[in-house]
Amino acid sequence: MDLFNAFIQILDSTIRLSVPLLLACLAGLYSERAGIFDIGLEGKMLVGAFAGAAAASVFHSALLGLGMAILISVAFAMIHGFASITHRGNQIVSGVAINFIAAGSTIMLGQHWFQQGGRTPALAPGERFGAITWPGADALRDVPILGPIYAELISGHSILVYIAFLMVPFTWWVLFRTRFGLRLRAVGENPAAVDTAGISVAWLRYRALICTGVLTGIAGAYLSMVQNGGFVKDMTAGKGYIALAALIFAKWKPVNAMFACLLFGFLDALSIRLQGTPLPVIGKVPVQFMQALPYVLTVILLAGFIGKAIPPRAGGVPYVKER
Amino acid sequence: MAQAAIELIGINKSFGAVRANRDINLEIVRGTIHGIVGENGAGKSTLMSILYGFYQADSGEIRVGGKPASIKTPNDAIALGIGMVHQHFMLVDNFTVLENVILGAESDALLTKSIAKARSELERLEREYGLEVDPDAIIEELPVGLQQRVEILKALYRGAEILILDEPTGVLTPAEADHLFRILKQLKEQGKTVVLITHKLREIMAITDTVSVMRQGTMVATRETRKTTVEELAELMVGRRVLLRVEKGEAEAGGVKLAVKNLTVKDSRGVTMVDDISFDIRAGEIVGIAGVAGNGQSELLEAISGIRRAVSGSVMLDGKPIDLTGAADPGELRDRGLAHVPEDRHHVGLVLAFEENENSILGYHDDPRYLKGPFLDIDAIRNDARDKITKYDIRPADCRLKTANFSGGNQQKIVLAREMEQDPGVLIVGQPTRGVDVGAIEFIHKRLIAMRDQGKAVLVVSVELDEIRSLSDRILVMFAGRIVGERGPEATEGELGLLMAGVEQREAAE
Repeated sequence: MDLFNAFIQILDSTIRLSVPLLLACLAGLYSERAGIFDIGLEGKMLVGAFAGAAAASVFHSALLGLGMAILISVAFAMIHGFASITHRGNQIVSGVAINFIAAGSTIMLGQHWFQQGGRTPALAPGERFGAITWPGADALRDVPILGPIYAELISGHSILVYIAFLMVPFTWWVLFRTRFGLRLRAVGENPAAVDTAGISVAWLRYRALICTGVLTGIAGAYLSMVQNGGFVKDMTAGKGYIALAALIFAKWKPVNAMFACLLFGFLDALSIRLQGTPLPVIGKVPVQFMQALPYVLTVILLAGFIGKAIPPRAGGVPYVKER
Repeated sequence: MAQAAIELIGINKSFGAVRANRDINLEIVRGTIHGIVGENGAGKSTLMSILYGFYQADSGEIRVGGKPASIKTPNDAIALGIGMVHQHFMLVDNFTVLENVILGAESDALLTKSIAKARSELERLEREYGLEVDPDAIIEELPVGLQQRVEILKALYRGAEILILDEPTGVLTPAEADHLFRILKQLKEQGKTVVLITHKLREIMAITDTVSVMRQGTMVATRETRKTTVEELAELMVGRRVLLRVEKGEAEAGGVKLAVKNLTVKDSRGVTMVDDISFDIRAGEIVGIAGVAGNGQSELLEAISGIRRAVSGSVMLDGKPIDLTGAADPGELRDRGLAHVPEDRHHVGLVLAFEENENSILGYHDDPRYLKGPFLDIDAIRNDARDKITKYDIRPADCRLKTANFSGGNQQKIVLAREMEQDPGVLIVGQPTRGVDVGAIEFIHKRLIAMRDQGKAVLVVSVELDEIRSLSDRILVMFAGRIVGERGPEATEGELGLLMAGVEQREAAE
């Protein structure tokens, strides 16, 4: 039973840890499916996290914080769009630039506004998104097997967690069941086909980037307003890159993306759980090794375990009308 | 009374310093098939892109159905009933036929409804015009001919009354092209107007009612097709008299240069493409291989030039064997005097991102002429390239220009110059004039005959029957991987056509 409870706990933290990955991964999915590589997911999450925590602590409102996180993150997505869609710049360079600006500006503004070494003030409970306890969760907690699953895994998360997982079927529906989704996928495969069909390639791609910005904004808000009680410098810690890896691993498909992010989240949870715990046979494993596992796995998975991943064909290529 | 579907009045368009269209006037009569011919770069595609709203004219007026029209985007053109089938298909390869047809013309924000509506409409169009294609097939799994059909369906689905086709037969097999022409005639019978852009004069003669000729951005003439001739059109296109059939003397064939014996080649899927073929080529003759594309000619060329391994058989070059089944090496063959002009110049013959002079020595870069110690002798290479540019009239005459910026015909000349100037004993040429203008075709044919007259052995593979007949001293016909017949140059088109279709073979077997 102990083992079962430990397992439930690992799964519970898997869910919590995979939420920012999942949101960022879906964010990347919108832009890459539209043919815009977005290595700046990391930076957009970071500014979202900062803007969210800052606004929440200043206005004492979690909702305003979330709104500001989304707004700023979308603004950064538009910078990426302006550079790579309107001016046909290199998408990787633009994305990297956004990451740098995000890392530097969040610390600088944080220090300027709050004088806490780049942190934002610790958020009070009302300024954060609290856990939602589902009806009957406490009553059912002691029911064997199903009880802990309901009380720990399904109930007791913040609203953003549920939003993240609901975004999976929603994204699938948008991409594969709506006109917008059809056009978005088409512009990532062959923008010339979209252009000759009389649809604006640029506007379509901008709209995809708005979706990206909204989702990275939520991801950032989750980091600073749910997982943590405030903004800490560089708190994204490479999650934007892991999300990109998960996106490739998922072959640019929403449901796959969820499983890929859960896998990365699970490894993360496992490495935290197993720190300092001796493993059978192997004995005690160094902390650093466990922490490195998700990244090692990323390399292994991407190096060929996933079969052939075919990216959207027009990905990374600015659209220029041919002469 | 004939009514104009489209009138273009005084259209001008420049790209930087290049004037792609100058003062173009054109009237296209409703319910006709109107051909527009011209060499590559004459401005045909630009003109049609202006009509389709892809570009905007710098000046000039467009009238559709007699009314002045402002066409700023493809949407405007579509709304006016103008549809376009582009040379490079504007299809999303991993979408289904239906998805491609509705893209941009969805009737509803939700796909399910749009698709249901499109499906019945598509069925109607397919019935009406004989344009059968499986609506749920994925584009990339369809043959090119069917992909083109989807493009036509796309235009018709949007209610096109005027259909513009840009070089529609460039990628089609002769049978597919015939089918396309039947469809176009049917469209005409239903009252649609068809504009056909091409540089193939045979197609113009076969199908159009009226033909307009463009040269260097200007409209030089409009003729009724039945009152003109191929010769007149060619002259109008090029601006001088063109010999469509090169004159040549009798071949003086010498000893055997290249002997192919029992050659069998399989393609990458393991299908036998060349099946136990034997033939000789002697010095001082041109041997042409005719056949419908896909009957093993490509694999034959690749095997003889050492690009593809043969399964069995032997090839003797100047009486000495080449090991084609083992590690045949194109470089070694080149050293032994076998030069190869590949069918696919973009992928095999040239590195398009390189400068012209670099491409003009590609494969011969180890030649001491181009080396200074361990380094390339840049001056020697460029001088050599300039000589070739002069000799082969490659335009623009700039050896530092990126190869991608040359037209198809000039790219072909770059490859030909490189291979011919090595003075090889045997020259193997695949599709010598594919995508090449009338003027350049004449030049290339003359060079090939000059090679022959110098006593070289020349093998020409082409899907253009005219070309094979006008060049070859002997014609071999390939069908299903075998040589099904040998004819002299006097063989009629009908006779060769039957062989190419595999008909003769069956009769002979009975």
